[in-house]
Amino acid sequence: MDSLALIAIGSVCAAGVCMGLGAIGPAIGEGMALARALSSIAQQPDETNTIVKFLFVGMAMIESTAIYSFVLAMILLFANPFWNYFLEKAGG
Amino acid sequence: MQFSPDHIIYYQGTFASLNATIMFTWGIILFLALFSWSVTRNLTSSTDFNFRQNILEILVDGLLNQIRETTRQEPERFLPLLGTLFIFILVSNILAVVPGFEPPTGSLSTTAALALCVFFAVPYYGIRAHGLKNYLVGYIRPNPFMLPFNVVGELSRTFALSVRLFGNIMSGSMMGSILLILAPLFFPILMNLLGLLIGVVQAYIFVVLAAVFIASGMESHLETTDLNNKE
Repeated sequence: MDSLALIAIGSVCAAGVCMGLGAIGPAIGEGMALARALSSIAQQPDETNTIVKFLFVGMAMIESTAIYSFVLAMILLFANPFWNYFLEKAGG
Repeated sequence: MQFSPDHIIYYQGTFASLNATIMFTWGIILFLALFSWSVTRNLTSSTDFNFRQNILEILVDGLLNQIRETTRQEPERFLPLLGTLFIFILVSNILAVVPGFEPPTGSLSTTAALALCVFFAVPYYGIRAHGLKNYLVGYIRPNPFMLPFNVVGELSRTFALSVRLFGNIMSGSMMGSILLILAPLFFPILMNLLGLLIGVVQAYIFVVLAAVFIASGMESHLETTDLNNKE
């Protein structure tokens, strides 16, 4: 098997693993945050605005890890530097 | 498939090139400036005002309330920066559903520039509130060993702020174009609706996070000022 095929296999598998694992962690974290926020709202309905605001901010923080893995997966699939390098080498 | 609107080039000069990001950014800036200018020419305080003045009043009043709740300080001095950021990101994200429009927030260079504005706004407001010395002392609290961590924290949250907005908007247009290939009729509409929601939420989150960063930059140094006053 030549190196180009190896890079292709590696990139696709890495993108899949990156997206899968990168979705599991933040999903669990956001679920826990949402559950806590809902129980807090149930106990203190007057503070709903504050709780929702902090929930959004916290979720944005948690979500950024998922966004990082998404950007990485996109780079691996569509803008892979190693792939481009070897394509140039094979073409020229 | 385009990875970023930076790669769509309209005009290639010898020193610089005009790409889609720059063009649509300036388009939005012109649109917002002309809209606000045309509305503020004939403001009325009577009960019959026109529709556009109503929109602006709701926007400014809502922003003032949000900033006041988030920072727990007088919101007027934050409004020029945070309000501009919010309106620009919001309009850019909402116009993303228009065919042919490439949202400039889907390019990492735009979002990095917006995050840099926040990065420099944090020390600006901090120094203006407490003076240069008190602000710098805040970096070595609680002890000087925390200095590198504080600096890295400032840098990493700027990075996170830019990548978050970029990733969300880019993923929206990316998913839209992939689904357009797979199922041309129905699913892209749903994805566009989801993209609208995500765009508004992301604009809100960007501004709330910026407000929180600025307020925390002012508050953590407030404690040092109090300590100095007590001594």
